[in-house]
Amino acid sequence: MFRTLRLSATVLGNVPRCRSLATASSQLPLHGHLPTSQSPITPKLQFFNSVTEDGKQIPTYRVLDGSGKVIEGAELPELDQDLARRMYQNMLKLPIIDNLLYNVQRQGKISFYMTAHGEEATLIGSAAALALDDEVLGQYREMGVLLWRGFTYDSVMAQCFGNHEDAGTKGRQMPVHFGSKEHHFHPISSPLATQIPQAAGVAFALKRDPARRGRNCAAVYFGEGAASEGDFHAGMQLASTIPSPTLFIARNNGFAISTPASEQYHGDGLAARGPGYGVQTIRVDGNDVLAVLAAVREGRRLCIEEGRGVLVEAMTYRVGHHSTSDDSFAYRPRQEVEDRKRIDNPISRFRLFLESQGWWNAEDEESFKDQVKKDVMKSFKRAETLQRPELNEMFEDVYAGEEPWNIKEQREELKTLLKKYGGSWEPWKSELKKYKGEGKELL
Amino acid sequence: MFSSKLARLPGRRLQLLDRSARRFQSTSGEPPSASGHSPSVANSSYLRTTRESALHTPGLQWVDEDNNNVAGRETRKMNLYQAVRDAMSFALTKDDTAVVFGEDVAFGGVFRCTMGLAEEFGRERVFNTPLCEQGIAGFGVGLASMGHTAIAEIQFADYIFPAFDQIVNEAAKHRYRSGGKYNVGSLTFRCPTMSVGHGALYHSQSPEGYFLGASGLKLVIPRSPIQAKGLLLASIRDPNPVIFMEPKILYRSAVEQVPIDDFHIPLGKAEHLTRGDDVTVLTWGTPVYTCETALHMLANPPESIAQHIPASVRKAKVELIDLRTILPWDVETIEESVRRTGRLVIVHEASRTGGVGGEIAAEIQKRCFLKLNAPVKRVTGWDTPVAMAFEKFFIPDALRVVDAIVETLTY
Repeated sequence: MFRTLRLSATVLGNVPRCRSLATASSQLPLHGHLPTSQSPITPKLQFFNSVTEDGKQIPTYRVLDGSGKVIEGAELPELDQDLARRMYQNMLKLPIIDNLLYNVQRQGKISFYMTAHGEEATLIGSAAALALDDEVLGQYREMGVLLWRGFTYDSVMAQCFGNHEDAGTKGRQMPVHFGSKEHHFHPISSPLATQIPQAAGVAFALKRDPARRGRNCAAVYFGEGAASEGDFHAGMQLASTIPSPTLFIARNNGFAISTPASEQYHGDGLAARGPGYGVQTIRVDGNDVLAVLAAVREGRRLCIEEGRGVLVEAMTYRVGHHSTSDDSFAYRPRQEVEDRKRIDNPISRFRLFLESQGWWNAEDEESFKDQVKKDVMKSFKRAETLQRPELNEMFEDVYAGEEPWNIKEQREELKTLLKKYGGSWEPWKSELKKYKGEGKELL
Repeated sequence: MFSSKLARLPGRRLQLLDRSARRFQSTSGEPPSASGHSPSVANSSYLRTTRESALHTPGLQWVDEDNNNVAGRETRKMNLYQAVRDAMSFALTKDDTAVVFGEDVAFGGVFRCTMGLAEEFGRERVFNTPLCEQGIAGFGVGLASMGHTAIAEIQFADYIFPAFDQIVNEAAKHRYRSGGKYNVGSLTFRCPTMSVGHGALYHSQSPEGYFLGASGLKLVIPRSPIQAKGLLLASIRDPNPVIFMEPKILYRSAVEQVPIDDFHIPLGKAEHLTRGDDVTVLTWGTPVYTCETALHMLANPPESIAQHIPASVRKAKVELIDLRTILPWDVETIEESVRRTGRLVIVHEASRTGGVGGEIAAEIQKRCFLKLNAPVKRVTGWDTPVAMAFEKFFIPDALRVVDAIVETLTY
């Protein structure tokens, strides 16, 4: 107690000076501030929470209401018919591909799949706001970004089937782990959030590259569950402290597998964390594609201009199951999902807007969907018949340069085993037929 | 001279003990040095103290047009941290994309390895990061995936574990999982490792064994300034991610003449420090010097332990090998050596279970089964954490190495 009083007296010694200055500028704090901080000293004992002054939640930016009308006070982002149609078309593609691949997984034709149902606006709105050569690091529910950039249905199928046309992973990764250097889309990996600090490194490289400095950013996608990982903290911290144009795009869809967001954090979502890192932050209605477009566009501009991290939290809802290995009705009522689909559908919301502009109609809808279904089915049928990569590919690309002895010897060991059993042991014999070259390059 | 063939004869062990007893009675031997074991790092014969010997370091490859011409080359006396700094200076000078980052590297680093680099190359290329190892590693992975040269420092190898996920799941698998389209080959992690006398649990560890399963990664540990410079430059320029562990007790104590030009010591190659046909002793990092001391003790045992060192083993020709690259390790050199000697002693500071020694022992046992005259012996830290007050009895010292060599020779 004595110590406190003594300290107060010391600080009070500065008061007259502060006061006289305060008359000149009302911004100056009454009691000065600590020598190592700009934090004003206050005599009021008061705890606080979250980041808004009165503890109210951070607002959600929206442009279109549920019926596709511009809400009062909102401004339409710069948009022409061509861009709007392309965005809508790409949103439409997602559920068509998702439905097909979800179903064929159910038939055992591919081993795994993850849909993006309900998050179409977040994915396509943000993809449309980025430059085609901005570097993208995804989590796994971001196929929409690749489609926007021209990734073909054949490439989607090749990766999901792990066939020999799968240039992005050569059949080595699980389905939906896309990657394409040509599309500036870094390879997806399963460990959550690892891509977040990596994005800061990618952004730093962009900043150091005279050809891309001030022109590109690194956009990193992740869910609200992944944001609980230490790597989220690391990435935000790095991109702000070592200034790097990193655009953090959080898909807050309410669930991390079965864990509701309410069990994921106690604060005001992810947006509340941004300011703690000194990162420009916005929360946006993730089911409003135009709000996402505007927010990510502006976020990207800020990010590149200031050369630092920017956080966009898109509030959405995971309509589909987490993955094909998950039955979400074990932890949430079917009715809740049906209601969300009906009341807050990002695709129909945007369609109503397009129709009100005269940019889309029922005929467009039908013919476009038919065409996509036809094309996707064609790619699917084709991919289904293609063989896996050569068996030898299992041993490639572990190291560059001279291949270490252990890998060389283990390849030889498999060769020996194949020679011995490959032609007679039925489980191997039938499996070998699935590989391009049927394993002969090893024999 | 000790013959490995003789050792297989029954009764050999007893015979050796008899001779040892005789040696113990003798009064004609040299008195032991005051410390009881000599030489040490300070006067190691493995350190190259002349220009001539430094320029003729085996395996050294010059990295410039004047290939392999040593006539006009100069050397400078450096300790290990200065050699590390010298290597990074070359990396930064010759490669504009190269950056050095980590905790406290900007002012020169807690071990002085980055002294003056920030002043010389600017804070955009040599900079501090927040105190977050997973972040340092992730940042490095991102930077390297864009083709930039990333030289990351983890302040102590003990603190590399928060980055384990980024290193094992991400860095090591990057090339493989992207079908060769992406890679982080230009990424190097440097970290001080091994014991320092009083480092206790978290400033003493030798975590190399934890990374053995991370195919796609290389792991290198130098023993001296020349080795540090050449191996670090080779690591930075290797097309694979590399963890480079620097034995911190050698930062100041290991001093030698180091060629001032740019050079590599190739990765994946072990080096013979002494040749011999009786037993192979394999080690890396700090214990290289412990083994050197042990070899001297074996040949000239101090009176206090002489009774345990049979006279016949004192003339044993020991082949000492510095492994240098832990992953992938040089199986060819080790196998060739053990085929000749029939005996293998592996010395490392890390704990035994799950240590690198176990992996090597298993592989050599497979390859040299019929040539082995004794079980592969491992002299290692115990399977306990490194307890501060007990370090003398945790870290393998020269006496334990001598004992292991004697046991192996007399098996």
